[in-house]
Amino acid sequence: MAINKLTVSMSPHDYGKNSVKKIMYGVVLAMVPALLVSVYFFGLDAIRVNLIAIASCLFFEWFFQKFFLKGNTTIADGSAIVTGMLLAFNVPSNLPWWIIVIGSLVAIGIAKMSFGGLGNNPFNPALVGRVFLLISFPVQMTTWPKVSVLNFTMTDAETGATPLALLKEGLNNGKSMTEIIDSIPTSYVDMFMGQMGGSLGEISALALIIGGLYMLFRKIITWHIPVAILGTVAIFTGILWGIDPTKYATPLFHIFTGGMLLGAIFMATDMVTSPMTHKGMIIYGIGIGVITVLIRVWGAYPEGMSFAILIMNAVVPLINNWTKPKRFGEIIKN
Amino acid sequence: MNNWKNFTKGIIKENPVFALLLGMCPTLGVTTSAINGLGMGLATAFVLVLSNIAISSVKNFVPDKVRIPVFVVIIASFVTIVQLLMEAYIPALYDSLGLFIPLIVVNCIVLGRAEAFAAKNTIFSSMIDGLGMGVGFTFALTLLGAVRELLGSYSLFGYKFIETDGILVFVLAPGAFFGLGYLIALIRKLSKKS
Repeated sequence: MAINKLTVSMSPHDYGKNSVKKIMYGVVLAMVPALLVSVYFFGLDAIRVNLIAIASCLFFEWFFQKFFLKGNTTIADGSAIVTGMLLAFNVPSNLPWWIIVIGSLVAIGIAKMSFGGLGNNPFNPALVGRVFLLISFPVQMTTWPKVSVLNFTMTDAETGATPLALLKEGLNNGKSMTEIIDSIPTSYVDMFMGQMGGSLGEISALALIIGGLYMLFRKIITWHIPVAILGTVAIFTGILWGIDPTKYATPLFHIFTGGMLLGAIFMATDMVTSPMTHKGMIIYGIGIGVITVLIRVWGAYPEGMSFAILIMNAVVPLINNWTKPKRFGEIIKN
Repeated sequence: MNNWKNFTKGIIKENPVFALLLGMCPTLGVTTSAINGLGMGLATAFVLVLSNIAISSVKNFVPDKVRIPVFVVIIASFVTIVQLLMEAYIPALYDSLGLFIPLIVVNCIVLGRAEAFAAKNTIFSSMIDGLGMGVGFTFALTLLGAVRELLGSYSLFGYKFIETDGILVFVLAPGAFFGLGYLIALIRKLSKKS
C-alpha cells in the first residue's frame, strides 16, 4: 500500500534555517567593522576591554545558568558574546578591568538571568549594564581617552571630552553655537569616519552603518526601528535648529555624535526587547528618538540614547498589546 | 493565640517589608545607610507598639464609621512625640531622616496593624503584635540599609572599609529597588527550604 510510505504529520512541514546561534553570530560579525575602527583609534585597549567583557559575560552566563536556573548551559548560543561586545562598545576604552566585570555581572546577572535567561528579559542587558556603570562610576565612565591613530602602546594618559559633552558644557556656560562648534576639534567628516572622543564602539558612523546594512541583508533586523529613530531625531532637532541655529546643534551633529547610531542599529533592534509588529517598531523608534533629543537638549546628561532605549523597552509590552494584528477572519470594527 | 507565635510572626513569616510589602516608601527612601534604617525602624516600632496599645484600648468606644480618623489622630500624636524626642536628643539622625519621620503617620504598616489586629484583639496581644512587627520592620530596614551602605559606600554603620566612593547606584533610588528585590528573593529561597 502506497499510503504507508508517506509520512503523515501535522504542519509545519518545512522550517527556515535560522536559529538563535546563527542570528547571534551574525550580529557579532556585523560588529566587527566597528571593532576594527576602535582598535585603529584606541589601540590595544579596545581589544582588552572587549576580551574582558566577553569573557566575564560568558562566565556569568555559565555561572547563573548552572547554579541558579539549573538548565542546560547556553553559553554556546552566542548571546553572551553579543552582550559582552555591546557592553564593551558602550564604555570608554580606558576603563579599569573590575568595572567591566561589574558591568558584565549586572548585564547578565541582573538584567538577563534574573528574568529567566535569553528571551525573557524586558530590558536590553548590555544597556542595563552600561547605565548601571554610568550611575555608579560617573568619573571613570565619562573620562574618554583621546583618539590617536594606530597607537599600540597601552599608556594613554591624555583624555578628552566627547563632542556632545563639549556642546552641553558650552551651552551651560552661555557660549554661542559658532563658538562651541569651533571649540570642538572634530569636523563632520571626522565624526563620520570615527575620529572623535567617545565610547569604544560608538565613534565611527561608517563602520556602524556597514554593520547595519549587513544585518539588514541577512534579515536579522528590519529597517523600521533605525529609520524611525534617526528620522525622528533628524526632524526634531531640525525643527529646533530652524527655530534658533545659535542655540541648537544641527541634525547631522546629533546623528553622528554619541551613541546615536550604535543605539539605533544595534541596541534598539534587539529582537527580545523590541516590539513584534512593524507598526509597533515605528512607534517604538519615534519614542526613542523623542526621548533622546529631550535628554540631549534639555536634560542633565549630555547623551540620552541609552536611557531612551531602556525607557521604551519598558513600554514594549504595551505597544505589542496595542498593535496586535487582526486575526484572519476577524471583523474589523470601524 | 500563642503570644510567642504572635511575636515571631512579624519577624520572618509575616515580615512587614519582606512578606507583606507594606511601608515601601520609608523602606526605599531612608535606607541609604544601616544607621538610618535602624533609626527609622526603631521610630516606627515605637509608634507601632504604643498606637496598637492605645487603639486596642479604645476600640469598644469608637463607632465603626469614624474609626479611621480616630486611629490617625492616635497615631499622629505618637509620631509627634517621636519627632520631638528625636529632634531633641539625636538631631543628626533627625536631620538625615527628614520628612520621613512625620510621614510615619501615613505608614501603611501602622494603620494596617491598627485596622487588622489592634481593633479586634486584646490590649496585651496587640502590644505583642506591635512589638513583633516593629522588630521585623527594624530588622528589614537595617538589613537593607546595611547592604546598600556596604555596596554603595564600602562602609557599615559609618565605619569605612575602603577609602573610595562605592558603587554609587546603591545609594541612589534604583539601588534600593535592586537591593530590596534580591533580599526578598533570598529570603523566599531560604524560608522555602526550612
